[in-house]
Amino acid sequence: MKVVVDEDSCCGAGQCVLLAPEVFDQRDEDGIVVLLDSEPGEERHAAVREAAAVCPGAAIEVEEG
Amino acid sequence: MNEPPAYPFRNPTALEPPPEWAELRRSCPVAPIRLASGDRALLLTRYDDVRQVLSDPRFTRQLDAPDAARATAQESGGVFGSLGRSMTGDEHRAWRQLVGRAFTARRVTAMRPRIEAMAGHLVEEMAARGQPADLVSGVGFPLPVWAICDLLGVPDTDRDRFSYWSDTLLSMTRYGAAEIDAAQAEFDAYLVALVEAKRAGPGDDLISELLAMVEGLDGRLTERLMLSTAKGLLVAGHETTANMIGKMASMLLADRSRWEALLADPSLIPPAVEEVLRFDANPGFGMPRYLSDEVEVAGETLPKGTTVVCSLAAANRDERHFERAGELRLDRAPNAHVTFGVGPHSCLGQALARVELQTVLKVLLERLPSLALAVPPGELERREGLIVGGLERVPVRW
Repeated sequence: MKVVVDEDSCCGAGQCVLLAPEVFDQRDEDGIVVLLDSEPGEERHAAVREAAAVCPGAAIEVEEG
Repeated sequence: MNEPPAYPFRNPTALEPPPEWAELRRSCPVAPIRLASGDRALLLTRYDDVRQVLSDPRFTRQLDAPDAARATAQESGGVFGSLGRSMTGDEHRAWRQLVGRAFTARRVTAMRPRIEAMAGHLVEEMAARGQPADLVSGVGFPLPVWAICDLLGVPDTDRDRFSYWSDTLLSMTRYGAAEIDAAQAEFDAYLVALVEAKRAGPGDDLISELLAMVEGLDGRLTERLMLSTAKGLLVAGHETTANMIGKMASMLLADRSRWEALLADPSLIPPAVEEVLRFDANPGFGMPRYLSDEVEVAGETLPKGTTVVCSLAAANRDERHFERAGELRLDRAPNAHVTFGVGPHSCLGQALARVELQTVLKVLLERLPSLALAVPPGELERREGLIVGGLERVPVRW
């Protein structure tokens, strides 16, 4: 799995950080997404998919495979 | 030609959605409506359409445009007149980034133990006063103000005064004009003094942080803007979350097997909170937008100057997007409801709202596991308000 984030679409809702704190964080200065792990392990895939599905800015893209 | 239906629609009972939502989703996705002001607008009820509109900057928040529809005849702004409406593009982005730092998931998660202590305190006090008790006045309304006080650095001893001012400013129909004006003046004076105190002795709070940035940013965030920010947080974060606490408890207690399931498995608390946010049948008005350009929605061309109202709650029950949309399922995942909006204007405080709702639910389950509604769900009374919907009282026993 490969994860890509789009800072411009991010609205800082923090849903991804609540769901997968090992994969996503937010910048202190403005709350914009920071990708901690672009190729997360299997055990995080479900949480990452959920984070992408519920992101209000549609700022997370997941490439499976 | 038929007169368009009056909007907002009526709920059959407090916890049931207006039947118009499902009818319009099915047969009329772009529906003409008549607002309380008499003005006409178009109502969107489908999930994809609502997402499209809220993500498209051509659907603006310039609802003070001369030809924009007004929600009520005497509209003076209300929730939608708060800070941020008149800002667009870069200006809004800059403001949002400044305040956004207060609401990162990490910062809000760090507040969790303090919110849990506040919720515990309020639940114990309510229990000590005896049953039946009203969950709305006992826990729902105080908790979000206390959390905002904590965030802003308002001392605990001033919380009750802060709550009073907030109630007075928000509940426009409950207080007379003189009382509202007096509260407004006192509140402004209090905030100015608070800002001065934080300037002299900064603390670990949002006001101190914003003050430090004002200096660093050469007046980018003026004191006036800071006061409106503090008030904006109250307007956006008090009544909304307060009402949701009462609605959440009602939805979960209306069918007690839901409460039992949560008692048996507290890991259901986070998805249950998302599901009650999705399932809320009393969300209030919806999200209005003013169209700056001609745009196509659901195969219809909407002319420039149109006012549309996005019904987030109707979209949340769209069976095209949610499997068995009409059922409340505690373990629904993923749950991409649009209760907090979508796109660049989606709710800034949603992480805080989530943590407050999860925490208060956890505390209620732990301290009052035998909690039950003291009236049949069909007898719960709606709070009549145009902008934010809620329940007047939620009588409970334990």
